[in-house]
Amino acid sequence: MSTVSNPEEPQTRDKPPIEAVPVRHPGRWVGVAIVAVFAAMFLHSILTNPNWGWSLIRQWIFAPPIIKGVGVTILLTVLSMVIGLVLGVLLAIMRLSPNPVMSGSAWVFVWAFRGTPVYVQLFLWANIIALYTTVGLGIPFGPEFFTFDTKTLIPAFVAALLGLGLNEAAYMAEIVRAGILSVDEGQEEAATAIGFSRLQTLRHIVLPQAMRVIVPPTGNETISMLKTTSLVIAIPLTTELFFQASAVGNRLFQPFPMAIMASIWYLALTSVLMVGQYYIERYYGKGAQRDLPLTPIQKIRRRLGIGSAP
Amino acid sequence: MTTPSEKPIKVLAENVHKAFGRNEVLKGIDMEVRTGEVACIVGPSGGGKSTFLRCINHLEKIDAGRLSVDGELIGYHQRSGKLYEMRDKEVAAQRRSIGMVFQRFNLFPHKTAAENVMAGPVVVRGDNRKQAKARAIELLGKVGLADRGDSYPSQLSGGQQQRVAIARALAMDPDLMLFDEPTSALDPELVGEVLEVMRQLAKSGMTMVVVTHEMGFAREAGDVLAFIDKGVVAEIGEPREILANPKSARFQDFLGKVL
Repeated sequence: MSTVSNPEEPQTRDKPPIEAVPVRHPGRWVGVAIVAVFAAMFLHSILTNPNWGWSLIRQWIFAPPIIKGVGVTILLTVLSMVIGLVLGVLLAIMRLSPNPVMSGSAWVFVWAFRGTPVYVQLFLWANIIALYTTVGLGIPFGPEFFTFDTKTLIPAFVAALLGLGLNEAAYMAEIVRAGILSVDEGQEEAATAIGFSRLQTLRHIVLPQAMRVIVPPTGNETISMLKTTSLVIAIPLTTELFFQASAVGNRLFQPFPMAIMASIWYLALTSVLMVGQYYIERYYGKGAQRDLPLTPIQKIRRRLGIGSAP
Repeated sequence: MTTPSEKPIKVLAENVHKAFGRNEVLKGIDMEVRTGEVACIVGPSGGGKSTFLRCINHLEKIDAGRLSVDGELIGYHQRSGKLYEMRDKEVAAQRRSIGMVFQRFNLFPHKTAAENVMAGPVVVRGDNRKQAKARAIELLGKVGLADRGDSYPSQLSGGQQQRVAIARALAMDPDLMLFDEPTSALDPELVGEVLEVMRQLAKSGMTMVVVTHEMGFAREAGDVLAFIDKGVVAEIGEPREILANPKSARFQDFLGKVL
């Protein structure tokens, strides 16, 4: 088994590098030219057409109601995603449970909340007061100890969270389930053989590995959620970004520039999310690859290094 | 059948049956392994050797017969002649004293070698992390990998991974070790290092049940050799003896193919 040591060192020979003319790609240069022309035309129109209303955008983009709208949008996104994620993991575990009551109820939840439009769900949560004016705490079909008025129990913001969060949970449940199923069965067997319980196996072995499959679509969902928050007008919750931007636009008779301004905010926020997602993916890639993938900055450096080489 | 021995019976299988759907894999396995013995199981693939091994720690539920370790039924309680299924927790407790090594290693890829070895003691037994880590390094030393504690499985060779897997099983201080074709997924030049670790383990007095294709290992390290074919123990005995004088035509035929 021991390695045979070679008494003679392998001789090092000089290696004259290959000097060849690289393949030319004239098509690429044509492509660059066409794209450059279109980009220039577009830029020219953006900058010279006064209807874009850049001065208005500049004036309002950091205005207090808009900034507050951005805050509400971020808060709604984060809280709805937290609700969706926690509930989604729970639902996924329930769906995979051998207990038919568990898997059955999880299935029904996903069926209902994935099968109806989120806009309609938001509307329903806001108007649940029409169905039940009070919510009581007590014995089923028996006396109630506490009663709450639904109007005070479910203000607009809570209704928005319920609508967005529960809808998201249905989607997250499927994403998490797919992630759990993607983990090799041998992993569960190995953990079981050591003496792990089902939950310990899930928490320490299966979920961390499932994360690699779960994170990319979850990033997608988060970005989607950020934009879906603009639907809470169905409730109506009026403090979020798009409603605020439209309100300003309507007041000034300039709806278009304000919509552009809102888009700029949405793009800025999703860009930040994309960076975050990249680093989370990198973290959960641990052990899956021999070397961690490069960070974007490392990539740009390398690209530039190669680009400047002859 | 085998030479009488003073040592207590560790694993006792009586008429063990197991079917997957309509496919009957085990059709009445009878076998006993005594404390400190190394029992090797050979046989053609599909014959039921791995299934039998997996029944010993209840990864598979048996359909009929009795299977016990240390006189305790696996997966069931017997009270006044009636069988009661065990709760998952109780089965998990039984498994703790039975280590298992898999053909495809099944190391946890998101944990380093040391973390793999620590996982059982820390999560299942609630050991202190620091002590568990020290013990993990010690166990990795035993399998010749003291310096690879911080490597992820993907950074290790197959032979190294399997040795980590053996250390991981040993971390729970088992008194019975099951090996499911531990060298079958390895490149030929890596088989030796794993078998060497297993030999050391056998010498230390560990009771082992080894499903293997390594006839050399079975001959040298084994105390008992069982030939399982078509769901039954077709031949069993002292390895040198039965390898030299296989009685049944099926065993002769099998040996002709592998030797």
